[in-house]
Amino acid sequence: MPSSEISQRQITTFIAPFDGCGRESLLPALLAAQRRFAHIPEAVAVRIAHALGVPLVEVHGVIEFYSLLTTQPTGRTVVRVCTSPACSMAGAHETLRAALKTLHVKEGQLSSDGRFSVERAPCLGLCEHAPAMLVGERPVAQAHASRIGTILKGGGARPRGRVFGHTRWLTDRCGVVDPASLREFRAREGFKGLQRALSLTPQQVIAEVKAAGLIGKGGAAFPTGVKWEGAANASGAPKYIVCNGDESEPGTFKDRVLMEEDPFSIVEAMIIAGYAVGATRGIWYIRGEYPRALAAARTAVAAARRAKYLGPNVQGKGFEFELEVRSGAGAYVCGEETALFEAVEGKRGLPRIKPPFPTTFGVFGKPTVINNVETLCTVPVILRLGVEKYRSLGTPGSPGTKLFCVSGDVARPGLYELPFGATLRELLFDHAGGMAGGRALQAVLMGGAAGAFATTEKLDVRLTFEDMKTAGLPLGSGVVMVFDERRDMRHVLVELGEFFAEESCGKCYPCQIGTQRQLEVLQRVAHGSPMRGDAERLQDVGWTMTDASICGLGQTAASAVLSAMRLWPALFELQSQAA
Amino acid sequence: MSDEIVLTIDGREARVAPGTSLMQAARQLGLEIPTICYHDHTTANGLCRQCVVEVEKMRVLAPACVTAAAAGMVVHTDSPRVQRARRTLLEMLNASVDLSEAPELQEQMRAANADPQRFPGAERRAPALIDDNPMYVRDYAKCILCWRCVQVCAADAQYTFAINFDGRGYHTQIGTFFDRPMPETTCVFCGQCVGVCPTGALKGKREFLMEQGLDPQAVLAQTRRGRKRRLPVGVPEEG
Repeated sequence: MPSSEISQRQITTFIAPFDGCGRESLLPALLAAQRRFAHIPEAVAVRIAHALGVPLVEVHGVIEFYSLLTTQPTGRTVVRVCTSPACSMAGAHETLRAALKTLHVKEGQLSSDGRFSVERAPCLGLCEHAPAMLVGERPVAQAHASRIGTILKGGGARPRGRVFGHTRWLTDRCGVVDPASLREFRAREGFKGLQRALSLTPQQVIAEVKAAGLIGKGGAAFPTGVKWEGAANASGAPKYIVCNGDESEPGTFKDRVLMEEDPFSIVEAMIIAGYAVGATRGIWYIRGEYPRALAAARTAVAAARRAKYLGPNVQGKGFEFELEVRSGAGAYVCGEETALFEAVEGKRGLPRIKPPFPTTFGVFGKPTVINNVETLCTVPVILRLGVEKYRSLGTPGSPGTKLFCVSGDVARPGLYELPFGATLRELLFDHAGGMAGGRALQAVLMGGAAGAFATTEKLDVRLTFEDMKTAGLPLGSGVVMVFDERRDMRHVLVELGEFFAEESCGKCYPCQIGTQRQLEVLQRVAHGSPMRGDAERLQDVGWTMTDASICGLGQTAASAVLSAMRLWPALFELQSQAA
Repeated sequence: MSDEIVLTIDGREARVAPGTSLMQAARQLGLEIPTICYHDHTTANGLCRQCVVEVEKMRVLAPACVTAAAAGMVVHTDSPRVQRARRTLLEMLNASVDLSEAPELQEQMRAANADPQRFPGAERRAPALIDDNPMYVRDYAKCILCWRCVQVCAADAQYTFAINFDGRGYHTQIGTFFDRPMPETTCVFCGQCVGVCPTGALKGKREFLMEQGLDPQAVLAQTRRGRKRRLPVGVPEEG
């Protein structure tokens, strides 16, 4: 609604629940304002600042940082078309054009009746349903341009689970149980891991997680047990368990599936972590573009609280654990652990300088364990099955199973749970049905936008942390995005370049400027008109970002580009013959 | 001193107290590590990465301003990796903003052998000059986002909170609450932001006018206004 139509009374009613809540409520308040008024009018920002005790200009700085918060009115329903590579290959740009044409608007503009505005979105994590979009809070699968009329009228395909693989340790309940039903969760081994954990001492729980060899599955591959031990031994209270559900890596959707379809397992895992570490507070941070996951999480947390799994005396066992669900507001960088803490604290999501590390100085400056969703979901499995059974799958260096997000030009895109150690060939050809349309494989992007390209000679690499490292490929968050022979890799690279330039937080110079300079060169390359010296420019920019940036975003913003330069150097050279 | 830390910097032994940064440790040996954003009186945030050094066994380069010296560290302040990062950073920065009034950065460009024309066709940050008060002008086409002005306006000095950041990434810029002109903000015109600006992006209004060639009488006429009544902060406009 336009600012002029908002009365002081409406604002007063809106602000009441936030009065005196403190700065940590800034993002929740701003998200609520955005939802209520379809933007954040100046008068509302003033009242939020006063209610929470935050300087006016810092409130404005926070609004400016997050893409889901705006100072200009949006449509009552915002249509977000995913344009990252998997959706782009499936026709997202045609979908975007069709949506704009149907509504007679330009990008970011309001339709004449004020009902709609259309934006392009960074990866919505619906890659197995490409092309995908969000209409308000409603995700739509296979959102092809021809269906746009139906979709805007409230129709269109609803994304349904595409979970595959024959060893379903982490995804056993996905698509099988009602995610809102605590009863169904318990009927399928739910809370058995917690039960077992509570029969052990906290130290024994940590010892089991270490003995199982659990390694973080969010991309950074840090040993989970070591992290837990660090926080358990740190002094300071309260301690926090943070679940990082800010999954935004283009091509990644595993955490969304787990959160939407098996939210109680994350609740269970966080309680176990809290018990092991001596943490009494949990924060489950979910990216703002995941409305279904947010709803599922809130429902599960409320049900678990009613059943006394959360609260001052968990299951009558004499320990306290409270859990709060927090929504992101549109910032890929908040998947970086310290940037996520800043967001929770009501600030711009800028990564902090490390050390100090989260285990000693995390959210609100307290000892904190922050784990990825898939990592956490593995914890109850380990405790339920026992270390020996858990290690019976996978390899000594990478025990258990892993979720792979397969998208792009394959016959059967989806989420695949496989034991560590399967090869890329087995994943793509035995499980995912091979190449779509029987075309030839050109390349696979492993690990997401922050990953690296593999070609056919890497098909027999085993998908483990150690084998992938030897092969010079990141396992990352399990992204396996497939490109067939028709694809122009220069266009893929420019889309990755756009993504990083859009998502850089702007804190450190290498990434702030480097992502922009990298994009400019990639645009020239994609147009087939690189300048003399562009290959060297890309190398210098890429290595400077890799070597000198403050956080993982900048350090990997050139990773895929540099790998493409190794594989296809000719793409980046002057084509003097072309004219 | 028993808790002295011993480390090696460019092949020389340095002995420093715990908590000493690598930048300070190098300074003790007479080695000056170049930096852009660092200022002795503002919190170091490791933004510009011009002070990066190579520490053996570390995966990536370390910003010397915020990396604490540790026992046994072997540090190289001028290795090929360091040189590449420093030179490229200066070349990228020079392609982004107007450094014509930043002689120290121009000197760093020369020292690093940086090519001022390295990135032809780059999108520059070139917003219009903001002249909205009688005390100072803001020319963000010269702003390198060192954060010093925001820091002294906030908890590093004045606690005024008149300025913060607009946008993010390459398109970050210093701004006021809802882009209000400075007299309508909490600004108390203390001038500290102007004092710490390293590139002439913030400049006293009189200096600015004299550079434009105005004579002293004309300058005075434009800057000695009667006391302006300031709107209380947060009062919505009529309508």
